[in-house]
Amino acid sequence: MKTFTYAKADSADAATREIAAEGAKFIAGGTNLLDLMKLQIETPQKLVDISRLPLDQIEETDEGGLRIGALVPNSDLAADARVIDRYEVLSRALLAGASGQLRNKASTGGNLLQRTRCYYFYDTAMPCNKREPGAGCSAIGGYNRIMAVLGTSENCIATHPSDMAVAMRALDATILTQKDDGDRRRIAIDEFYRLPGDTPHIETVLEPGELITGVELPKLPEGTRQVYRKVRDRASYAFALVSVAGVVKVEDGKVAHARLAFGGLAHMPWRNPAVEQAILGKAPSDEAFAAAADALLADAKGQGSNDFKIPLMRRTLIATLRDLTKD
Amino acid sequence: MHFTINGQAHEAEVDIRTTLLDLCREHLGLTGSKKGCDHGQCGSCTMLVNGRRINSCLSLAVMHQDDEITTIEGLGTPDNLHPMQASFVRHDGYQCGYCTPGQICSAVGMLDEASKGWPSYVSGDLTSSDLDDEEISERMSGNLCRCAAYPNIVDAIREVAGNVPADRTADAKDSRSREEVGA
Repeated sequence: MKTFTYAKADSADAATREIAAEGAKFIAGGTNLLDLMKLQIETPQKLVDISRLPLDQIEETDEGGLRIGALVPNSDLAADARVIDRYEVLSRALLAGASGQLRNKASTGGNLLQRTRCYYFYDTAMPCNKREPGAGCSAIGGYNRIMAVLGTSENCIATHPSDMAVAMRALDATILTQKDDGDRRRIAIDEFYRLPGDTPHIETVLEPGELITGVELPKLPEGTRQVYRKVRDRASYAFALVSVAGVVKVEDGKVAHARLAFGGLAHMPWRNPAVEQAILGKAPSDEAFAAAADALLADAKGQGSNDFKIPLMRRTLIATLRDLTKD
Repeated sequence: MHFTINGQAHEAEVDIRTTLLDLCREHLGLTGSKKGCDHGQCGSCTMLVNGRRINSCLSLAVMHQDDEITTIEGLGTPDNLHPMQASFVRHDGYQCGYCTPGQICSAVGMLDEASKGWPSYVSGDLTSSDLDDEEISERMSGNLCRCAAYPNIVDAIREVAGNVPADRTADAKDSRSREEVGA
């Protein structure tokens, strides 16, 4: 690990001032950042410790949703009675990720900003555009079983690893931030992540030094059914090959509300409104579900060892929609 | 830097990069916690921080100066074992023993989580938590055992959880093994 200076922030204002230094990064749970620092994939010159900021509460919003502090640990969020009652898909997604020890430390904000687990991103002996812009992509033409099939570029085919973020995309979450000038932003999760394009090292629309302070979940329609279905190589403690977060409501025999987001497919938690449109207003049927899968995967492109993800995702989506709409 | 570990105050001057695991092992002589992968994948470094289990290899010591830290040394002693330690001995919940301190710290933290009603990925209903074998395995999946002593680890934890099917107790196994050797 490269050495660094350390500053502990006691307020969000202090944190956004301290982060202005060259090569500075925030640290909260540290479960992803320290792993990457040990491998010298991340080499911050300064760490700004935000772990004791008062951002660890889950509160009701005036609109009937929930505001989740950026430092709420994944464990606490998954076990919160309000989340279990109203946003079950989020609890399920969190519990599908990592291990008990990691969830106890990993924060809500940090989970959103997890880096990819692409083998070549982790292997500092191999070129990687995400680690070293312009170096080239080893995954294209390499062993790419876990890589993306949607939204890729000729520079990067990495996936986003989070389960939590997939559920948050299906819940239309909003990311709350603060900048060093005290400016606050509300960023819809649909606008938060970036595709790799020719700058795969820039993964979100956050500006340098911008601090995530929380996440807001809007009130959902009454009576939705929610599922998080994750397909992986082991029964537990493994990243998704593909996953789907679904929030669906059937009323009078027709799909009245549908939000579907997908993990393991792309550089970001994936959502495509055309998938939801394929079932909205229709009676649940395998024909409608197949149309949804067609819409999702129309532009999917395998890279060789990950070709299997396309039929796997198709079957997983159809099975999940059956679950979400059965009597 | 100042730390509170197993109820004792410690002072240590360490490099800013020092993890909580390395602080305990290399600077304070607390070598019970083990370094397996050093990347949060194996769980052998598991400690309790303010009662919560974490991977001590993925946490900087400097960030824990205000915390109550418990290592395997703080759970029990050879003369006064923690109930989880005694159960691992009774059920032979190990082979080489390297992952055992992490398994035991993790199991103690896990039972506390379950007692608070925290659900797991395999909990059919997220509001109940009956600790059957599937639940114990899922909740302990962050602790790897290369010797694959998992069946006995699950037995040991199940007994402390107070959920012991009659045919799977240590006594039943003891009597089976006595019969097998003709004793």
